[in-house]
Amino acid sequence: MEVRVENVFKRYVGLAALDDVSLEVGSGELVALLGPSGSGKTTLLRTIAGLELPDSGTIYFDGKDAAGWRIQNRGVGFVFQHYALFKHMRVMDNIAYGLRARRKNKPKEAEIKRRVMELLELVQLQGLEKRFPSQLSGGQRQRVALARALAIEPSVLLLDEPFGALDARVRKDLRRWLREIHERTGHTTLFVTHDQEEALELADRVVVMNKGKIEQSATPDEIYDTPATPFVFSFIGESSVIPVNVENGRATLDERPLNELNVGQLPDGPAMLYLRPEDVTLVTDGGVGIPGLVVSTRRIGGMRRVTIECGLARHRIEFDTLADIPTANSQRLIISITGGRVYAAGGEGYVTERLASSPTADFKWARAEGWEDR
Amino acid sequence: MSEVASSTAPPASLSAPAKKTRLRTVIGEGPITRWILGGIAIVFLALMLIAPLLVVFVEAFSRGIGVYFQALAMPDTMAALQLTLLVAVIAVPANLVFGVACAWLIAKFDFKFKSFLLTLIDLPFAVSPVVSGLVFVLLFGANSALGPWLEENNIRILFAVPGIVIATIFITFPFIARELIPLMQQQGTSEEEASVSLGASGWRTFFLVTLPNVKWGLLYGVLLCNARAMGEFGAVSVVSGHIRGVTNTLPLHIQILYDDNKAAAAFAVASLLAALALVTLAVKSVLEARFAGELAAQRRH
Repeated sequence: MEVRVENVFKRYVGLAALDDVSLEVGSGELVALLGPSGSGKTTLLRTIAGLELPDSGTIYFDGKDAAGWRIQNRGVGFVFQHYALFKHMRVMDNIAYGLRARRKNKPKEAEIKRRVMELLELVQLQGLEKRFPSQLSGGQRQRVALARALAIEPSVLLLDEPFGALDARVRKDLRRWLREIHERTGHTTLFVTHDQEEALELADRVVVMNKGKIEQSATPDEIYDTPATPFVFSFIGESSVIPVNVENGRATLDERPLNELNVGQLPDGPAMLYLRPEDVTLVTDGGVGIPGLVVSTRRIGGMRRVTIECGLARHRIEFDTLADIPTANSQRLIISITGGRVYAAGGEGYVTERLASSPTADFKWARAEGWEDR
Repeated sequence: MSEVASSTAPPASLSAPAKKTRLRTVIGEGPITRWILGGIAIVFLALMLIAPLLVVFVEAFSRGIGVYFQALAMPDTMAALQLTLLVAVIAVPANLVFGVACAWLIAKFDFKFKSFLLTLIDLPFAVSPVVSGLVFVLLFGANSALGPWLEENNIRILFAVPGIVIATIFITFPFIARELIPLMQQQGTSEEEASVSLGASGWRTFFLVTLPNVKWGLLYGVLLCNARAMGEFGAVSVVSGHIRGVTNTLPLHIQILYDDNKAAAAFAVASLLAALALVTLAVKSVLEARFAGELAAQRRH
């Protein structure tokens, strides 16, 4: 089943939850809706399911307008964030619920039993069919919820933060397992997540949302390598942001040109440079570069994450070095910027925790360090 | 991995503290405070709840068992008992339907005058029962707008069973709704949403998902409602007209006996009413014990 969302608007009291959203999901695709909380991703999912009605705009299922369809007839398998299992029913009755509720072609009870057992096997919960939801772990409940949604042979499977309430280890296992189930059953699947790792690892396509709008919809590789907007750049992966100037098609930092950077069609004027840790290398052979002062270092796996301050305004940049290169706080380093993307100023990045580069630059300090004449 | 852990960890017998420390709860106070607080609670309960209940039974039997059963066997008493049960049998199911409908509406839907409706539900609690009774007298009485029409069609509401039933329904309306609303609100709507997304109709969802989720709250509500429906005095007193053997409920009958200086008979009937209340409580406790496992499972979830 193919799902198409066209120009959907949805407002809650004064707040745009969905602001002109259009999206196409191909048959059998596994798509992640990724965004911070309040970005409208769950609203979009619920609107597709028919649990919310759009203020305007249309949703098509296989090219047919679903506006007048009752939710019961949409054939949507919805897995809720907190599972919403029927807590007074045993696992088997939870899974059989959708089949028993059918009015047309309701299968015989023996057939229902057989289907339930099949599904229990698919979600690897054989032997737990007599339990109540309260007697299951979080991961098991999640799998019951999925089996219950799959039981009605849905045309679309929608999952709202499917692994949100589970611990990190179980999440990883379930993620792999969900991918396997998707490959075996081939359902068109959309899931909502705020975890970029989850989205990038699991999905064929990632739809990044912010403030009710779709910022970018692309494959995980494209999302990471060519983020369409500053928001996508800063929301996905690690990033440092420093203000630069564009002059004659070239970005400059404190009037020093950054030769490696492609600024595209940007007009002259202030702009923002977004950097990933791997876009910065340490200059160790005495070559030219941007000097900076180490503010902090911490060990991340096999690498050392170094934060330095450079430029007159002490912009903070994070990058990785080999763990065996010794760095200490207040040490002077020279870096060169080999990548990154320049966006016009005014674009909105995703602010996690502001790595404060104070606008009131400490000129005295900079002068004492001899930065100004360099 | 586990082998390494077990070989490096000291044997359990060594790591356990040699001296047995006194068992004390982490929270809470010392034994003196606990005894004082417990004592206050027990004395208060004894004075305010147990003693009055005992007095009822002691007084009831003060003239001997013969008088006791005589009082109960009086035709007026039997009529009052029948009327009380009849009123409860009508009022409780009526409020069951209204209460569930109201709670469902308020907890599961959003609409404009929700808080106003919530306030309305509380009205019978806020208004004095006597005033509630008077409202119905004003509404259905001979001088009211409805009065002449009712008289023409020979419909008797005031000083008859319908009036008593209506007043009782009014007084006991909040019990079930009030019990269910917070419960349903706390449970949210996601199970209902799951149900309809699985293809179940609205009614099916209500009977298979919504209702089972609130059945214990509903049971409490029904028991409370029933206790009050049988015991209501003020409002019923205003609308009933105190016609012996016809419009006297048990509480009114007790009042009349007491006024007639038949204290022993009054207490005998009172013991009957108290026994009805005790049966209600016993039913509740039995059900709780019987389904304790299921209850706990639901609360844990």
